[in-house]
Amino acid sequence: MSAWHSARLVGRREQSRTGRTLLFDVPGWPGHLAGQHVDVRLSADDGYRAVRSYSLAAPARGTGIELGVQTVPGGEVSPYLAHELPVGAEVEVRGPLGGWFVWRPGQEDPVLLVAGGCGIVPLMGMVRSHRLEGSRAPMRLVYSVRDPGQVWYREELTTGTGAAAASRILYTRQAPPGSSRPPGHIGAGDLLPPEGAGRLPVLCFVCGPTGFVEHAAGLLSAAGHAPDRIRTERFG
Amino acid sequence: MRSLSLENTVTSLSHLDGNSLAGPLSQILSVDPTTAWRRCPRCGLTGSLAQLHVYGPEPGLTGRCPGCEALALRLVEQPGHLWLQMGGGQGAFRFPRS
Repeated sequence: MSAWHSARLVGRREQSRTGRTLLFDVPGWPGHLAGQHVDVRLSADDGYRAVRSYSLAAPARGTGIELGVQTVPGGEVSPYLAHELPVGAEVEVRGPLGGWFVWRPGQEDPVLLVAGGCGIVPLMGMVRSHRLEGSRAPMRLVYSVRDPGQVWYREELTTGTGAAAASRILYTRQAPPGSSRPPGHIGAGDLLPPEGAGRLPVLCFVCGPTGFVEHAAGLLSAAGHAPDRIRTERFG
Repeated sequence: MRSLSLENTVTSLSHLDGNSLAGPLSQILSVDPTTAWRRCPRCGLTGSLAQLHVYGPEPGLTGRCPGCEALALRLVEQPGHLWLQMGGGQGAFRFPRS
């Protein structure tokens, strides 16, 4: 049974035009696994409550957790969290939640991470956990975005040690100048196993909008990955 | 990001995963339900609860079999209760919510 914790907003970081990282301090936070999520509950003075789910983007640092919030146009909760909730204000979080879409540091299976848009958030938790633990499990991240302005965690993924989990960014609508791959949807050729995987079965994690997840999971299935090795997480 | 947005309707073709039931079901279960093994009584497909197709919007969530779309469970949250219906029959459980 998962309890509600009080969570205080301690920082906010811009990731894209519509995406924000929110940093919360959650006293009593029990820790979590990469890929898990929390439910966030907002309560109004008149008693009205709204609950939404958000993915954890990084391993816990003590009682600190990091969430990724993508603004849903016309949405009730996400624009408020992304732009208006004042630093220092408190919300409630329930979690950590979910034991299916998770990567555990001790796992040695090769891992292929496939992100569409802000579906990168829980997968970034896996990339960071992989790096933090010094894991030797082969890992590759394939990250599909519409245009260069939509890339979350750009610096971390493309420079320095953050690039340790080999990452490739694909653009569907507009690629940056000099890009060798023309803009287009993700294809079978983009979803290669990570270097060093050899013939070992690969564990695949796919996260993004429903259409993206269906498409990518279909490609992985057609490429011979077993259904129970393709773990998906959709958002509406 | 993963939000059961109000824009979703019951008739929407868009759905979430059973993974999104982890929070609501944590109100009545002491173990994580998303890794629970499941067999569909209609088409026989086996998998995990996390693989169900979940349709909203809140506070009523419907989990359907990813193979044949048979009703697997329905969860409705009310201020004082949580209703859980398993399968497609008329039976239901009503749990008090704290």
